[in-house]
Amino acid sequence: MLTLIFLTFVLGFGILLLKKPVQTKFVALISLLPFSIFLYLLSFLRSVKDGVNSVLYRSEWIPSLGINLDSKIDGLSLLFGLLISGIGTLVYLYATSYLRGHPLLHRFLSYLTIFMGAMLGVVTSDNLITLFIFWELTSISSFFLIGFNNEQEESRASALWALAITGLGGFFLLSFGVIVGAITSTYTISDLLTQSDVLKDSPFYLLIIVFLFLAAFTKSAQFPFHFWLPGAMKAPTPVSAYLHSATMVKAGVYLLARFTPILGGTMEWSTILLVVGGITMTYGAFHSVFRKDMKGILAYSTISALGLLVFLLGIGTEIALYAMAVFVLAHALYKAAFFLITGIVDHALHTRDITKLRGLKKYFPLLTVAAVIAALSSAGIPLTFGFIGKELIYESGLHYIDYNLSLVLVGALFFTNVFLTGSGFLIGIKPFFGTPIKDYCISHKPDWRLIAPPVVLGFFTLLLGILPVIAYKEIILATFSAMNGAVVEMPLAIWHGVNTSLLLSGATIVLGTAVYFGFKCWNSSMNVVERFEGIAPKNIIAFIVEKFRQLAFRYTWVFHNGYLRSYLAVIIVFFIGLVGYKLFADVPLSVNTVGLSEFRTYELVVFLITVVAVVFAINTASRLTAIAATGVVGYCICLIFVFYGAPDLGMTQFAIDTLTTVLFLLVMFKLPAFLKLGNSKIQFRDAIIAISFGILISIITLQALVSPADKDISRYYAENVYTLAKGKNVVNVILVDFRGFDTMIEGIVLSIAALGVFSMLKYKDDEE
Amino acid sequence: MKNNKPKHNIKKLDATILRTATNYLLPLLLLFSLFVLLRGHYLSGGGFVGGLIASIAFVLHSFAYTTRRTLRLFQVPPRTLIPIGLTLSFISGFLPVLLGQPFMTGVWFADKVAVIGSVGTALFFDIGVYLVVIGVVLTILLTISESD
Repeated sequence: MLTLIFLTFVLGFGILLLKKPVQTKFVALISLLPFSIFLYLLSFLRSVKDGVNSVLYRSEWIPSLGINLDSKIDGLSLLFGLLISGIGTLVYLYATSYLRGHPLLHRFLSYLTIFMGAMLGVVTSDNLITLFIFWELTSISSFFLIGFNNEQEESRASALWALAITGLGGFFLLSFGVIVGAITSTYTISDLLTQSDVLKDSPFYLLIIVFLFLAAFTKSAQFPFHFWLPGAMKAPTPVSAYLHSATMVKAGVYLLARFTPILGGTMEWSTILLVVGGITMTYGAFHSVFRKDMKGILAYSTISALGLLVFLLGIGTEIALYAMAVFVLAHALYKAAFFLITGIVDHALHTRDITKLRGLKKYFPLLTVAAVIAALSSAGIPLTFGFIGKELIYESGLHYIDYNLSLVLVGALFFTNVFLTGSGFLIGIKPFFGTPIKDYCISHKPDWRLIAPPVVLGFFTLLLGILPVIAYKEIILATFSAMNGAVVEMPLAIWHGVNTSLLLSGATIVLGTAVYFGFKCWNSSMNVVERFEGIAPKNIIAFIVEKFRQLAFRYTWVFHNGYLRSYLAVIIVFFIGLVGYKLFADVPLSVNTVGLSEFRTYELVVFLITVVAVVFAINTASRLTAIAATGVVGYCICLIFVFYGAPDLGMTQFAIDTLTTVLFLLVMFKLPAFLKLGNSKIQFRDAIIAISFGILISIITLQALVSPADKDISRYYAENVYTLAKGKNVVNVILVDFRGFDTMIEGIVLSIAALGVFSMLKYKDDEE
Repeated sequence: MKNNKPKHNIKKLDATILRTATNYLLPLLLLFSLFVLLRGHYLSGGGFVGGLIASIAFVLHSFAYTTRRTLRLFQVPPRTLIPIGLTLSFISGFLPVLLGQPFMTGVWFADKVAVIGSVGTALFFDIGVYLVVIGVVLTILLTISESD
């Protein structure tokens, strides 16, 4: 599995090199990549089918930290994996036609492939840290996908918003992982299953689930973080279809489902999920019918569907988990179809405004069939898979433990479904029927690569709707069992007899249709919704961000004002305050002069030279003298290092000092004339700062001599330097072996500094 | 670069002594830096210090002659040493992974080589550091001294 994901990444980067080949007609072959992954994943169906087994792959990465590249495939991973690769196949096929001739098609396909690899990594990871890494990779790759039209200002801004919000979530996911790892001392998710009670009894339980929720809610666009999703609709339509209906936004839901058997089932868990999911689903559903842009409608109905999934996880009963598994599949099938259809309409007619589209049936007969199937599935009409989902959703609301609460739940579900039905009709029915407003001129006749994907999705919606037992046996049972932790058979069927949920379904369809026909009436009153935009979460957060930026500007202006001398003063004063406070408050000061060695003559000489050089440096009127004097001070310090048995340090310091002096000389010619800037008052102030800093450092040094120090580490290095690293010079062995990783990173830091200097100065040169 | 006028306003100083000395000092210092680099595993020294010493040698050369003359000593701009060095360090850290050991485990040749002693990944890592340091220092210093 892991090999597969890495292969996907390699291919993803490899596609970048194929600028020319992707412009040929053979580019459609690229959809064989996700398709082969899809087939490969299908082969796991047999292993996990009964809901008990799962397939584990173990491979070590950093075993000393418990970070391993483990993957685990159970029903839940497999359902998501199949959606990712299956819908991925269709989206790839679609994108090659949708973006045909786009000069950056190779980049698009590359991002898409990397995204797919990351997404597969998220749903198969069995280690919290690797899960986090893949999670972040999905955020980053989706940033590039959303901002693909990077010459548009809005597109860039949306990509940045999406990255900021999901990146915030990633941070919480990492914190979650670290806390869970600290409590249970394992990062392996399948091991956590046995430690469920430990986590639930932990005093940090609430903190843990809040972090988990923040990660999931940001990714899955839950209220109040939902607003990045409508913005992300600036992405090319295949991206919206892929990321924002079937895969990335469901990663949050996946995360919650994954941890349901470990952390779920408590009061806090269900309350938070019910409240947030409930608000999101009703808010999103209500908003969805007040849009004219097809993608806007879809964005809000997707938010609502995601809220619904979270809500079902909040209910948390067995039937709710079943409903959630079914609805994930049903929603992915019809919502991806909606997006793809929207893309075709947009591509052909250059508008997505549903008030301007009517009677397209004549132009796209096959597409109309697919659109109607999707609309019916979203409305939950029998014989579509959406119907099965809707029944189970109502059942889970009706069978909630608390009767009074169950009425509220059903009410919220009913409200959501009514509006979702209405918005589904707006997309799937409205543009295609009636008489055309005008004779549309179809600029791009859609080819089979555009038409086939929604038709295939429609086919599956019908197939699973008529024969739900296929879905149940193959995957839904296994998915449910992975979330529930135990197998409970509950076969799906089309007909359960006349019961409350059937009646509710019927009422939903009737009222949903009414909403659809009511669209025209409140179309004019859309400004009612717009009036509330001021208190919409997006604007509130944008306001906070703006204020924060102003604060940052002011703060920077105070501390980062461009004068090196004030930087130094700020740093040193801060240091004196912090360390001085700590030193005097917490450490019993005792300076032990007994153990100090005697002053030797040559030390005294070096000391005197240092003092004289310092005095020179302070008082000279020439910059050159000052530089030379500081150089002398540096060399004296080198000598002191040498006297006290640190030749390595002395040598390095010597070289560094030489180079610093040279650097000084080089920039000296570019500096303005050497002026005595300070008056006596400023000099007095600086003297106080400098002297107190010196005193503080001296006290710390003397204090360090008498403080008990942990010598374990240095002893370890000294003892093992030859046996483990075959060296005799401890300092260098630490640099290149024991802590070689640090050295490598420092090398990178240095390189970045050099690149910074180079690009800044060269860039300036070229501009002149 | 558009302006072709010489970037150095250092007048024709009488630098004969410095230049003559540099002609001998440059190879000597470079040899010394290699010496410091190679002995690092047993005695004081190492890639970092070695790199700094080599940089000083080139900086001395640029003082005696000009930055342009120093740059001419290199076939490629010194900044190309940075990626080479980083790659070398990374490869020497990654080599053990290919042999089934964790990243950055020291791997050694069985036989000792004359003068250098045991040869292992740590040595190549250090050479990588050496190259990075030369690349970084020379890029920074020569860029600054070249710019107006």
